[in-house]
Amino acid sequence: MTAVFLTFVFILSIFLGFEIISKVPSTLHTPLMSGANAISGITLIGAISSFQLGQTTAGIILGTAAVAMAAINVFGGYFVTDRMLSMFRKKDTDEK
Amino acid sequence: MNNIDLIINFSYVISAVLFIFGLKLLSSPETARKGNLLSATGMLLAIVMVLFSSGLDYKWIALGLAIGASVGVFAGRKVPMTAMPEMVAVFNGFGGGASLLLAWFEYISRYYGAGTSPPLFTSIVMPLSIFIGGITFSGSMVAYGKLSGKIPGRPYLFKGQQTFNVAIVLLAILPAVLFIWNPLTGYPWFLVLIAMALIFGILTVIPIGGADMPVVISLLNSYSGLAACAAGFVIRNNILIVAGSLVGASGLILTNIMCKAMNRSLRNVLFSGFGSDSGMAAGGEQQGEVEPISAADAYYIFEAAHSVAFVPGYGLAVAQAQHQLREFGELLEENGTEVQYAIHPVAGRMPGHMNVLLSEANITYDQLVEMEDINAIIDSVDVAVVIGANDVVNPAAINDESSPIYGMPIIEAHRAKTVIVLKRSMRPGFAGIENSLFFGENTRMLFGDARETIAALIDQFKE
Repeated sequence: MTAVFLTFVFILSIFLGFEIISKVPSTLHTPLMSGANAISGITLIGAISSFQLGQTTAGIILGTAAVAMAAINVFGGYFVTDRMLSMFRKKDTDEK
Repeated sequence: MNNIDLIINFSYVISAVLFIFGLKLLSSPETARKGNLLSATGMLLAIVMVLFSSGLDYKWIALGLAIGASVGVFAGRKVPMTAMPEMVAVFNGFGGGASLLLAWFEYISRYYGAGTSPPLFTSIVMPLSIFIGGITFSGSMVAYGKLSGKIPGRPYLFKGQQTFNVAIVLLAILPAVLFIWNPLTGYPWFLVLIAMALIFGILTVIPIGGADMPVVISLLNSYSGLAACAAGFVIRNNILIVAGSLVGASGLILTNIMCKAMNRSLRNVLFSGFGSDSGMAAGGEQQGEVEPISAADAYYIFEAAHSVAFVPGYGLAVAQAQHQLREFGELLEENGTEVQYAIHPVAGRMPGHMNVLLSEANITYDQLVEMEDINAIIDSVDVAVVIGANDVVNPAAINDESSPIYGMPIIEAHRAKTVIVLKRSMRPGFAGIENSLFFGENTRMLFGDARETIAALIDQFKE
């Protein structure tokens, strides 16, 4: 039953994704991509939740590497997207 | 499920909502920054909550987080904006790599190491997860190499490449089936599959040429989401599936936009290095001749112009001329000229490349005009300045049915009253197609490095 349930979630989310992102101005294509990429770092949550005590050496290496790689994705992705978006300015509202 | 797990899982629902709103707000320049912040808040919430799970090995998690966070923050803040295409490629790759590692980790710690056989569904999604993750990782690394110039950007093609790639995919089914047959003794097959995925990722990206990079980057972006999704199936975690599929969908939409902007199918981009299959029709006789112009003469044209539209391409990024361009644009505006920047969706090496480049140089986004909008008014533009762009302004896309790029939507710069092309030499562009724009009666060629040329124009104006 879990399989059915998870597949349901998957299919609905895909449709939801298409709905909310269907119209993006080309100005924002890069930030959208890097922002979305930061979200795909969600693997971090999976890596942490699976990292139970009592791992073998191989497990520790793989798990730590998974956490580190996903964290690079999350932190790097959000920071770089924010930096990029801070440069997108309108003419009149030049605050920074 | 005990109470704490219940609370954690409910908090994932909130995170998912924040991701959704975040992505939605990312679709308008006014709200984009807030959207990114919302999405980051959702991620932070999920990270904090998952740490409350019972029985976690905090020592190693902390180490991984510390490494990842410091590298990520450093890269996110320090990498120059001009290195954005390769940066995005690396991040895509890490997303895929992390999903591969997670599935691998899950397999050896929960099943292989513990001697418990996984449920059939899990045994099926595990090979899937490592395969998508592996392709994303190695493919993105090749894309990174090409974008940063560490590997030549030209397409690498060998005879029977397509057949070879299809063979690898079919061949990959074998270890996958053998693994699913008996997951506990199937560890070697698992490893074989990882190796095949990595090789396949390299082979799919290496034949793709520089100008097709926007498509590849978007596609890898989509894969990185799907990889997270697949990993979510392996560990049966909703939030991974939801977030992963949102990214997968967004990447697919971008891929589609990029393909449309090049009038090519995804299949065509992936399986034929551009120019390799097009037979390279000589493009007929070129009528007219090239008329060069000096910066001093160009100055008079600019000085008298009421409206100027700049059409930037990858050459602008290579020459790093964006700051000079902004300064020149400001001088023109002071002179009473209306200045616009017309941007083709696939100009540059990633979706939105030119927008990032020009924004970095302080050009406001309301001056950036999309292709359809500039084409609607291009007849009234006095001077169209093509800077390091080639195929995206090639009239052959409209009027030469034998051209390989026929049908591709272009910025119709040739319809402007005067066209000035900034170009290093008459060498044809990436696709190797002659551009009749350069021979047009209303076209003047301003040869030289874009950065030096614009600097020379600025000097003319200041005098």
